[in-house]
Amino acid sequence: MNWESANHFWAMGGYGFFVWGSYAVTALLVAAELVLVARRMRAARAGAARDVAIERIDAERRGRA
Amino acid sequence: MSDSPLTATRAPSSGFSLFYYASPQTFFPLAGKLLWPTWIIAIGLTIAGLYTGFFIAPTDATQGDSYRIIFIHVPAAWMSMVIYLVMAFWCAVGLIFNTRLSFMMSSALAPTGALWAFIALWTGALWGKPTWGTYWVWDARLTSELILFFLYCGYMALQAAIDDPRRADRAGALIAIVGAINVPIIYFSVKWWNTLHQGASVSLTQSPSMASTMLTGMLLMALAAWAYTIGVALVRVRAIMIERERHTDWVRQLGNATAGGSKA
Repeated sequence: MNWESANHFWAMGGYGFFVWGSYAVTALLVAAELVLVARRMRAARAGAARDVAIERIDAERRGRA
Repeated sequence: MSDSPLTATRAPSSGFSLFYYASPQTFFPLAGKLLWPTWIIAIGLTIAGLYTGFFIAPTDATQGDSYRIIFIHVPAAWMSMVIYLVMAFWCAVGLIFNTRLSFMMSSALAPTGALWAFIALWTGALWGKPTWGTYWVWDARLTSELILFFLYCGYMALQAAIDDPRRADRAGALIAIVGAINVPIIYFSVKWWNTLHQGASVSLTQSPSMASTMLTGMLLMALAAWAYTIGVALVRVRAIMIERERHTDWVRQLGNATAGGSKA
């Protein structure tokens, strides 16, 4: 085991700022990308569903006329 | 418009064809099926890589624990270069065979490539300060990687600026293919020029110049980065397929399924 305690682990031998600064920003950006891409997918699906719904309403109106 | 059943768009099953999955309506469900296995592999590899990197790999004799940035830095830099080459490949395929899915693949990869390029630069800066004494230096390796990041941004900006997707694809393809020349420049920069950045620790022709547990951790993280990239690009390409094929039957069928049969 490399670390005597949790404090030693977080200190990273005095390089904590640089090591955790790297990992934190990477984790943050990856999380942000996942959120954005999931949102884009949801919006695309909703758009396709909306198209179908609009077509249905148009068809119904025309059927009644 | 009548509610006539939409005609099936599946290709005839006359044997296996390499181009069977080259059309969006056949690739869309395949990409969906590949997603969960890809995420599980990505998470598993990340856990294994981080555990190896922080708890098995020893402290470096000269750099102390600052070297542990390598487990992100090198995979990110590798991915940023590989993704650009893959984008250039898909753009070339798109130009030659005029396949619309190829350009969608390229567009889907660009944001993730930019992400990795930025992470490579960011972690490089944070690694440079304790080891070189500076966050940034205009040496060949760092500058060419920065140019790669700008190429990704330029590709995305150009695609966003052109309304007609076919023209946007062609303009983007030009940046992707011409810009690909920058990738070997990044890779060989440490050999061609006298750089502050160190030479390759891992190469195909020589045995790696680092402890085997460090190398294992780095390779696990590199594979994790691959899996993540594949997963996120698959989601994005699926979204792009729907966005671009709004008028087609297969997207309408998809919309029908999403809307549910409640109003039918």
